[in-house]
Amino acid sequence: MDVDAAEAVFRYFPAVDQLVLFKVPSRNTFKIEIDMNKILLLLAHPAFGRSVANAALYSAVEGMEGVTCRDLYDLSPDFFINVKKEQELLLAHDIIIQQYPLYWYSTPSLLKEWTDLVFEHGWAYGSDGNALQGKYFMQAITTGSEAESYTLGGHSSMPLVSYLAPQRATARLCGMRWLPPFVAAGVHYESRAVLASEGQRYRRMLEALQQCSRLEELAEKYRITDGPVPEANALDRDLLQGELNG
Amino acid sequence: MEHFLLQIFVFFVAAAIAVPVAKKIGIGSVLGYLAAGVVIGPFGLSLIGNVESVMHFTEFGVVMMLFLIGLEMKPAILWQMRNSILGLGGGQVLVTTLLIMFVSVWFLPGRQALALGLILSLSSTAIVLQLLKERGRYDTSVGRSIFSVILFHDLAVVPIMALLPLLATGGTHEIVQHSGLVDISHFSGGVRFLLTLMAITAVFLLGRFVTRPLFRAIAMTGMRELFAAASLALVVGSSLLMMVVGLPAPLGTFLAGVVLAESEYRHELESNIEPFKALLLGIFFISIGASLNFELLWEQWWVVCLLVAGIVVFKFVILYLIAVLFRLPARERGYFSIVPAQGGTFAFVLLPFAVQSGVLPPLVSELVLTAVVITMFFAPLMVTAWEKFVERRIESKEGTGHVSPQGQRVIIAGFGRLGTDLGRLLISVGIKPVILDHDPVGVEALRNFGFEVFYGDVTRLDLLEAAGAAEASMLIVTISNAEKAKELVELAQKHYPHLEIAIAVDDWRVVYEMKDLGVSLIRRETRDSALDLGMDCLKLLGMHSYEAFRLLRMFKHQDLKASDDLYGVWREKGEETFISSFRDHNDNLAALLQRAQTRNMEEVGKGWASDKIIRATGGQPDDPPEIRR
Ligand SMILES: Cc1cc2nc3c(=O)[nH]c(=O)nc-3n(C[C@H](O)[C@H](O)[C@H](O)COP(=O)(O)O)c2cc1C
Repeated sequence: MDVDAAEAVFRYFPAVDQLVLFKVPSRNTFKIEIDMNKILLLLAHPAFGRSVANAALYSAVEGMEGVTCRDLYDLSPDFFINVKKEQELLLAHDIIIQQYPLYWYSTPSLLKEWTDLVFEHGWAYGSDGNALQGKYFMQAITTGSEAESYTLGGHSSMPLVSYLAPQRATARLCGMRWLPPFVAAGVHYESRAVLASEGQRYRRMLEALQQCSRLEELAEKYRITDGPVPEANALDRDLLQGELNG
Repeated sequence: MEHFLLQIFVFFVAAAIAVPVAKKIGIGSVLGYLAAGVVIGPFGLSLIGNVESVMHFTEFGVVMMLFLIGLEMKPAILWQMRNSILGLGGGQVLVTTLLIMFVSVWFLPGRQALALGLILSLSSTAIVLQLLKERGRYDTSVGRSIFSVILFHDLAVVPIMALLPLLATGGTHEIVQHSGLVDISHFSGGVRFLLTLMAITAVFLLGRFVTRPLFRAIAMTGMRELFAAASLALVVGSSLLMMVVGLPAPLGTFLAGVVLAESEYRHELESNIEPFKALLLGIFFISIGASLNFELLWEQWWVVCLLVAGIVVFKFVILYLIAVLFRLPARERGYFSIVPAQGGTFAFVLLPFAVQSGVLPPLVSELVLTAVVITMFFAPLMVTAWEKFVERRIESKEGTGHVSPQGQRVIIAGFGRLGTDLGRLLISVGIKPVILDHDPVGVEALRNFGFEVFYGDVTRLDLLEAAGAAEASMLIVTISNAEKAKELVELAQKHYPHLEIAIAVDDWRVVYEMKDLGVSLIRRETRDSALDLGMDCLKLLGMHSYEAFRLLRMFKHQDLKASDDLYGVWREKGEETFISSFRDHNDNLAALLQRAQTRNMEEVGKGWASDKIIRATGGQPDDPPEIRR
């Protein structure tokens, strides 16, 4: 981990000294040795050339050290997916993030195909499918409708996280720990400047995830229960307020 | 001379009448020939005289038949099926021979009994294959088991032919066929053995190293009749060679056939020899029919009946036991046993041969031959009865309605640049195409790459036939010469109406001509590769891969759709209107693709904002009741 990254942790989490949540490098020495969580970011946008929101988010994190970015529609325009390669990449990372625009309360179709093929029986699930065991799974979503519309009875009908039930259950079935999504909602009302700041928020979040040593505890909070679904962007608050501290 | 021509005329007329009739009633051409023989023979209309000499002459048909059988024996396939061929086929022949021998030893001397056992153990390849194909069982697992048995029979004829003369009573090791050209009988046994070995090696070397360059040279000249002459010379030559050393001629041609089975000239050879063989063998069978002595047979009718029953019952029971022994699935055993339960065409060859060699007395031969004819006549009836009354009750699990492309026969005519990749695709999928091409150099090159390519002019009906067009399900035409392609399509449509035809052409005019002919799958050869290249270029120019892919897909789809409409214009309104419609079509395409690119995603996204949705629906969309709290 380089100094920049360490700086970022402190910038994003001012009270970082008190947080046990993070592996805090000694401030006195610049020789920092932390094994970061490796992140695999899978982007699925069928018209990425004309994307505004996803382009802003993606460009903010592309090239980050320890983050492998893959534009799925660029890699598999004909929907042919190299399953072996995808699986190897999954194995080599700790946190899997799927970034996509919300399309009809769901994922763009290639991401579904990707899941259908890559999460193989006997590999991701089934009696001896445990390749994904213990990894973290998260979604980063942009929506056209505003955040307020995603409430029960709002014009988007339900809380956003309700629509993520399939992915949440998929993660659980494969032994992955699901984390609440990063959401940039109502993106078309944002000016480009706002989108840029959303990009920065996204980057900080990824950096925080890289550093976080207690993700396991964090994820524990988001096991599927019969309570209300977690809020979108709940992770922001968790990480910031250090709720787990107590 | 006149007399000879008259004889030949009678034979041909008889065949021309009897064979179609026999085929019509479904008893096959072989029985048709025999029947024709009976009709024109001394017990029928007495139209022919010297049957013996005709029989002698036409015997050469048998030699040719063995050559063709050899051609079918691809070592690779034999090797692949070796277990079932040796197990099922070998077991059946061995046990049947022994059983028939033990039973007939009561009536006949031992050697004759053995000869009889050998001859009767073989079934009728023609009838069995016909039955399997007619009933669609050729490519099922029973079909393959039965096929192994039949294949063994084909193989077994050769050693049986070699063995029969040795069984002759009298001179023990005296070989019956003496060569008139070169007599090697005065040599010592060792030298004779050596010479024999050398003759066999010669046939092998000839087939392997001499014929291919020779055929290639002939192919380059493009003169068909030379090819026919060379094919005949090969057959005649190899049988002569065998006769010189005192081996049965068919052995030589069989060997030559096997050596050439893997060569690119296989189909060409087959189509050249086949007509001669069919003709000679047909006349041979007619003469057999004509030489039957019905007076004698009538006196011994009960023997014939016993023989018929014996052949069918023995074969059925033995096959059934073999099926059990080799653990064929229970529901397949009956079918496996009933289909080959008859005497075979080989009996018509081997019986006269045995009589000539002095192994069997003519009477026995005639009785057995008659019995074999009757079993062959009954074979289709028995199988039908079996299917109707026995199988109906054994609920067949086969035929789920799902047709897999594997195992289907596909012929590719023309194997240029397009054919290569097409062939690779089909082979990868598990379909092994039969590939025909007329460029001898190209054929050889492709064979070096491991493709199974055969030389020949694809617009010849007999080559198509030899390539198996009758059983094939598809013909793919990729020859670049449009005239030839048209000729081939018309030929195939006329003779093999069941064939699905696919064609690649290089010009849209030819596309329309093919549409006129009613070809269902027509592709313009360069279109897709041009568009694929275009797509990759767009990517290089910086377009997002999926966008490029989507545009390409849109283009292809629109273009294909429009080409149907344009075809109508071309047909009805003529060239001028066609050109202007074609322009319109291109403009439409351009407009469509540009619209697709500039569709503003942000606008679309804005459509998802609450105020837009509220405006569109005139209010808040109704909450579905189950989520209203
Ligand atoms: C086919 C389609 C379906 C969409 N479905 C939804 C939806 O269900 N809910 C929503 O809030 N926005 C929806 N949107 C809006 C997109 O989520 C929004 O345009 C996208 O997040 C903007 O990201 P981008 O600038 O990267 O394209 C949809 C957009 C499209 C094109």
